[in-house]
Amino acid sequence: MSNLRRHLAFLVLGALGLIILPYFISSRFYIDVLTLIFFTAYLGQSWNILGGYAGQFSFGGVMFFGTGAYVSSILLTTFGFPPIFGIFLAILGGAFLGLIVGYMSFRSGLKGSYFALITLAFAELLRVLANSVEFTGGGVGLFLTYAPGLSNLQFETPVGFYYFALVLMFISIAIVYWLEGSRFGAQLVAIRENEDAAEALGIDTLRCKIYAIMIMGAMGGAAGTFYSQKYLYLDPPIAYSIHLSVEMLLVTIVGGMGTIFGPLVGAFVLHTVNEVARHFIDTPGLSLIVYGLILIIIIGYLPNGLIGAFKKKEKKSGSNSLDKKRSREES
Amino acid sequence: MISASLSMLPAAIINGFMYGAIYALVALGLTLIYGVLHIINFAHGAMLMLALYAAFFLFDLFNIDPYFSILIVTPCAFIFGYLIYRYGIGSLAKGKDQNILLITLGLSIIIENGALFFFSGDQQTVNLTYGFEAFDLGFMYLSYPKVISFFAALLMCAILWAAMSLTDLGRAIRAVAKERQGARLVGINVEHIFAVTFGIGIACLGAAGCMMLPIFYVDPYTGNIFVLVAFTIVVLGGMGSVVGALVGGFIIGITESVGGLLLGESLGQIGISLIFILILIFRPTGLFGSKV
Repeated sequence: MSNLRRHLAFLVLGALGLIILPYFISSRFYIDVLTLIFFTAYLGQSWNILGGYAGQFSFGGVMFFGTGAYVSSILLTTFGFPPIFGIFLAILGGAFLGLIVGYMSFRSGLKGSYFALITLAFAELLRVLANSVEFTGGGVGLFLTYAPGLSNLQFETPVGFYYFALVLMFISIAIVYWLEGSRFGAQLVAIRENEDAAEALGIDTLRCKIYAIMIMGAMGGAAGTFYSQKYLYLDPPIAYSIHLSVEMLLVTIVGGMGTIFGPLVGAFVLHTVNEVARHFIDTPGLSLIVYGLILIIIIGYLPNGLIGAFKKKEKKSGSNSLDKKRSREES
Repeated sequence: MISASLSMLPAAIINGFMYGAIYALVALGLTLIYGVLHIINFAHGAMLMLALYAAFFLFDLFNIDPYFSILIVTPCAFIFGYLIYRYGIGSLAKGKDQNILLITLGLSIIIENGALFFFSGDQQTVNLTYGFEAFDLGFMYLSYPKVISFFAALLMCAILWAAMSLTDLGRAIRAVAKERQGARLVGINVEHIFAVTFGIGIACLGAAGCMMLPIFYVDPYTGNIFVLVAFTIVVLGGMGSVVGALVGGFIIGITESVGGLLLGESLGQIGISLIFILILIFRPTGLFGSKV
């Protein structure tokens, strides 16, 4: 409990720092980078709930983002429905998609790599559909008009979007913070550690996993509205890009799966690496090569991510022997 | 519109067969790796893309015919696969299923963007002297490269099948696939066999890349197209099943070309992901698989 309270103090201080930060940064560039970091951290957090806590890795997390983006953008362009309400329908849309995908795949007992691949296929399916039907604008895409104002969730300055992304990220941290102390969170962790045992203890694992993917979907839906209102353009390759699916799992794994701040740490580190690499050699592909290397190194040597690496230093003996025991059991 | 489509149906089916044989070869590599090592190689598409580039550069720089390149690229792909498993994937993954998926995902990101970095994002194709010559079947023309690739792919599948069932190495591989501990007890070097199997799987890609180059293009993202195709074939045919990979390859090849004909360019692509999802949900063992 004291651990959570220490977190809370840290959380409030950090939050205050981030809130007043734009008053000290005049460069548009840094504000944009920070906005992107919060946005990726937010998406990573959505992946973290299903992947980090419940242990169900998805390779198609982008499908919720894309669907949410289409829901609010189509409502706006076709019916003039203001995005400030549209974002809630995007959230509902994402959660509903989560329900469908979760029900179909978890009910058939898909787990591990199979679950990862089927989410990839769902995202691909939606991309093809979005490309083929009329109301999404097909391959041409959707163009949104720029009309700043809170009801449109568009802002005149980058700082406006900075706060938008910051609010999203705070909400995501609050959700995971709640999860850590809740019964539901404990059930997800039980599923991750040993699903059969969890089932035997009377946990409704199917229901828990579906709830987790619905939360992930709801969060992804809101991210879609954020993206389309910021960039004012949407087409199927953007809405359902595999790169975003990879990015959300990447930041979470790098930072530390199943931790509150893992996605934020991961997003911060990866975006910093990206910007530094771009500063020296501005050739397409380079930063992603580095991402791939980081992913492999983290999986191979730091399975608990950067946060796990720091924690391990704090209490070396206990966790180490547990790790050894676990790896022996698996081999 | 519909009647015009129907009259083109036989041509679409035959085209599907032609591509299906090559898809089968790609999927064979994946299913072999899965059947023996029980790992899913997410970098399969990216490695196929590398093979296509290898064949492309052999043609572009040394003017070597892609079909002749099979003899060069396939052994190189084997060595590449062997080394990358032995000193990369195998030692890093520590035996966890999801770790391997993520490591091969990382690998595919590195390969894809490495290709973008070194070879640029431009689409590359080769112009063969016989590239535009074709057999006249009466109702359609079938280009030479498609026919050659079809038979070359079938031949490769046959060679692989014979090697797996007739040689000592194939016997050792099958032993490791069936009973890891038992194979170790009778003196088979399991780690070596794992790496050899991975090498053979990648060698299939090397050959497939050379056969594909005359009828496809290559760019750094080509692998993305085939990774889902290959997975679909493998789950359709049954993970680890050689016959399944062959049949699955034909089914997917035909689905793709007939789907493209009847549903149009854009919606036609839906067949592959749809089949993938339906198979995983309703028959995860595939058509020929016995266990998951």
